[in-house]
Amino acid sequence: MINSGFFLNVTRFVLLILVQVLVFNNLNFFGYINPLIYILFLYWYPIKQNRTTFIVTCFILGLLVDIFSDTLAINAAATVTIAYLRPTIMRFVFGVNYEFQSFKLNNSTKAQQFTFLALLTIIHHLVYFTLEIFSFSNSLLILQKTVTVGIATLILSILFSTLFSSKKE
Amino acid sequence: MQQIINFIIRYKTFLLYFFLLVISLIFTFQSHSYHQSKFLNSSNYLTGSIYSFSDNISSYFGLREENNRLVEENRRLRNKLFNSTLLTTTSLDSTSNDYEVIKGRVINNSYADQRNYITIDKGLNDSVAQDMGVITDKGILGIVENTSNNFATVQSILSERSTINAKIKNSNHFGSLVWENTQDYNVVQLIDIPRLVPLTIGDTIVTGAMSSIFPENIPIGTIKNFDLDNSKSFYFIDVELFNDMTNIGNIYIIKNLNRKEVLELEAETQNNDQ
Repeated sequence: MINSGFFLNVTRFVLLILVQVLVFNNLNFFGYINPLIYILFLYWYPIKQNRTTFIVTCFILGLLVDIFSDTLAINAAATVTIAYLRPTIMRFVFGVNYEFQSFKLNNSTKAQQFTFLALLTIIHHLVYFTLEIFSFSNSLLILQKTVTVGIATLILSILFSTLFSSKKE
Repeated sequence: MQQIINFIIRYKTFLLYFFLLVISLIFTFQSHSYHQSKFLNSSNYLTGSIYSFSDNISSYFGLREENNRLVEENRRLRNKLFNSTLLTTTSLDSTSNDYEVIKGRVINNSYADQRNYITIDKGLNDSVAQDMGVITDKGILGIVENTSNNFATVQSILSERSTINAKIKNSNHFGSLVWENTQDYNVVQLIDIPRLVPLTIGDTIVTGAMSSIFPENIPIGTIKNFDLDNSKSFYFIDVELFNDMTNIGNIYIIKNLNRKEVLELEAETQNNDQ
């Protein structure tokens, strides 16, 4: 259980929270765009792991970001939702073969990786802004924020994942 | 029984997800409609220390600008002091003071959300408590919401939950200061001003005397434009803030020494009424 992969995940967990709250929460691009790049944790998390641990970890991840940014518990709700939906999204994007032992994220095509990340981002942001704004009279504002912040998150996430991806032969 | 256990085992992931989702929704909605959550806020030890560590580094980059602001404020106050003819010793007697001012620093600031909170580096140990006013050298900033031993969170005026008593300088017509257009972080709205009040673009808005949190006549901003609201009997006024909400360093926390007495009296009067 405790091996290099475990330490890698703990390091990612801590670093992503710190980068999120110290850098990206203060970005305020165009006044309100603060990308939520901590969801990269869910993108990078190993596939063949206990789902219970995964969901609980993601809940704690969201809750910690919430405590830092004074957002009640909306990050936690959004993150736990995509943590639960992740296997469904993966089956949709990668087909059945993601369940095989040999499957690795790096072996899939760029388009698949992008779709996977985009779906995670869109669902997360939709839940997040629905809970933050919480009124149907402002549904246009919810959509606007989801799309604009979502695009920013997506661009930065792709940059980060290319920058820190494990080496390919 | 067997079937119930089987059911739980089969759907354990979904049940766990549902359970955690409900917990986070409870945290989100249980908070008192005007207050943030008691447990989930950035005034605790861990987040406070990390934010003050990061502020320790980043504050060096704005030192010159911060100095200029303080000198400018000193100049204004000295100007006032030298021109005031009434210099009595009673003003130095702290027992007759109505307000006490505590200095502090912003260590985390947000202005892009619907409800913005600011974290400051003063807490219970510096006798900061809930519902104290927070101002900068230029104008009002918000109201203290939660405190820990060394840190406090402040509900910014840029929050859809914030309402502050404000008036038009020199005419004493008062209304409520709210933040309705939650996109623009330099403009707040003043509502409930009757339509018979003469208004001009550029008029100064200051805090009113109704509040037991802020002293009267603290500057807020100037009128940017105004229009009648839906009922056609009140104005809806856009107020451009004096404060640049994106750039805040040193702040003052105002403790109203008479607040407890005022609140007790008001509560008593209401009780007698019923």
